[in-house]
Amino acid sequence: MEEKIKFVQGNEACIEGALYAGCNFFAGYPITPSTEIAELLSARLPQIGGKFIQMEDEIASMCAIIGASLTGNKTMTATSGPGFSLKQEAIGYAVMAEIPCVIVNVQRGGPSTGTPTHVSQGDVMQARWGTHGDHAIIAMTASTVQDVFEITIEAFNMAEAFRTPVILLFDEIVGHMREKLVIPEKGKLQVIERLRTSVPPGTDYHPYFPRKDGRLPMSDFGGEHRYNVTGLFHDMWGFPTDKPEIVHNLMRHLTDKIETHPKHICKTKQYFLDDAETVLISYGASARTALEIVNYSRIRDRKVGLLELQTIWPFPKEIVATVCNQAERVIVVEMNMGQVLEQVRANIKNTEKVYLCNRYDGNLVSLEDVKNVLRVVEGRGI
Amino acid sequence: MSVKDYIRKRFFPHIWCPGCGHGIVLNGMLGAIEELGLKKKDVVMVSGIGCSSRIVGYVDFHTMHTLHGRALAFATGVKFSRPELNVIVPMGDGDATAIGGNHFIHACRRNINMTAIVMNNKIYGMTGGQFSPLSGPGIYATTAPYGNIDYDFDIVGLAKGSGATFVARTTTYHVNEVKDYIKKAIQHKGFSVVEILSQCPTYFGRKNRLKNGNEMLEYFKNNTTPVGSQAKKENPNLIERGIFVQTQKEEYCDKYLKITEAALKEVKG
Repeated sequence: MEEKIKFVQGNEACIEGALYAGCNFFAGYPITPSTEIAELLSARLPQIGGKFIQMEDEIASMCAIIGASLTGNKTMTATSGPGFSLKQEAIGYAVMAEIPCVIVNVQRGGPSTGTPTHVSQGDVMQARWGTHGDHAIIAMTASTVQDVFEITIEAFNMAEAFRTPVILLFDEIVGHMREKLVIPEKGKLQVIERLRTSVPPGTDYHPYFPRKDGRLPMSDFGGEHRYNVTGLFHDMWGFPTDKPEIVHNLMRHLTDKIETHPKHICKTKQYFLDDAETVLISYGASARTALEIVNYSRIRDRKVGLLELQTIWPFPKEIVATVCNQAERVIVVEMNMGQVLEQVRANIKNTEKVYLCNRYDGNLVSLEDVKNVLRVVEGRGI
Repeated sequence: MSVKDYIRKRFFPHIWCPGCGHGIVLNGMLGAIEELGLKKKDVVMVSGIGCSSRIVGYVDFHTMHTLHGRALAFATGVKFSRPELNVIVPMGDGDATAIGGNHFIHACRRNINMTAIVMNNKIYGMTGGQFSPLSGPGIYATTAPYGNIDYDFDIVGLAKGSGATFVARTTTYHVNEVKDYIKKAIQHKGFSVVEILSQCPTYFGRKNRLKNGNEMLEYFKNNTTPVGSQAKKENPNLIERGIFVQTQKEEYCDKYLKITEAALKEVKG
């Protein structure tokens, strides 16, 4: 397929990215502001022989994509705030059973029903700790329609490479705004396919016995190898066990397979950071405001730079520490009460130089908001 | 093939208590699969959480032990993505009708070609004997020390009203019916439900003055009757066994296939 240019919403870029990555199964439930993703895929998936199903609720949608992933498909669901809460139990199942899948959360204001049609970035911590128990998770985000497309492909790639659910933390503004999208020809962007076992039929296949590199080649349900999958702690056969040594080792495996690969997982975009005295840290829609401020400041010879996070979890602590430790001040620009701020503070030496510029009223952080904070922290008056 | 060939011997002994009815269901289920001549690689068994759900660990199919109440939702993902597979979903009564009630009625409504086997022992066994939506008024349980005040569901009526196209009920006393109904349910094209009254002597029996598994099996023998029998007319308290619904309605995956064909045509113009 040759290159295509479109003028689309972020939500549409997300489905284009999913289809580019080979997504062929989607289960969902209507919820604002993510619904366009389900609507568009209900039209597009049958056209490529893929499957779309509208389930009875958010929980069922999450469960269905796990079941469909096990039969060998690349699967996705999309939701928002309250729906994301409902999916948490099954996300934990995908973590434990190591089932690749992608969960899109187009964030809206919370808690509870909150502000369904307005923007927020309030689910940063829910993406990290929403499901119970210690675990590692990958969550990514984007600030432009083009980036939504590319990050969605990345999400599918990481789901396959690390055998894990990957969360896409978009937001209402990026999901609904329209921009130019260039869809490159097939093959131009890397697409990672599932690692399947080479164990021949009739030979014992140990679904949960990691290779030396920590990876677990899969075997599709319906294929030659029959095995058990469970949300309980399990041995190399996938059979439940509570032996402390096996529980310990599986906990380590589930965490280490993600936490020890920050270089592969942690993606950022960096603007004018080399000489930046003031570093803005932002992500998603608020990074658009932050970038605008950087350009505005540079014209005025003020040394302001931007570190845009595209991977939120695992938190890109090394990059953040390097960038922040050499800056005079850091301002985290986000649309919540400081969820990423706390992460920044936890990972740098001098926490007193970190400031917060935020909103949690359903509006995008404005240029004036950031200018005001900049003026104060740079000592240029109130 | 014999029933033993479908068992994962490595994982025995099983976790069920002496006198539990679930082993009878396991035997009937494997008997049905054997008689149908299904290949092991063509069978996927998906369960939720509870005593009954542990059944999937012991059988040599593609097996998925999922979340409490959610088995049918996971199974729908499996079936819809690979319609050629035989998907069987063993469930408990709390699993199917309390926490999983919504998935149960919607799987019935969708008429997707899977078989739900509800092992109804009227109690939450794994957590130690709390009442379930199938316990019924007057039953004693660890969360109903003064007697249960909750009315119970009728699984057959629930499945029927929700659109399931095959609905049957029997008990673990009637072992041949267990096998026969499961066999017919698997053969049926559409969503099929088989309710099997199963005994839990450890909790239900102990709390409700039924001494042991044998006594509970006797209860099933003496308190059930074939559907439409004269005995039911004379004694309305008897529980009916048999096939209550067996109708044909276009199946979900078949319908979706038509959508796919229409969509492909549209794209090709």
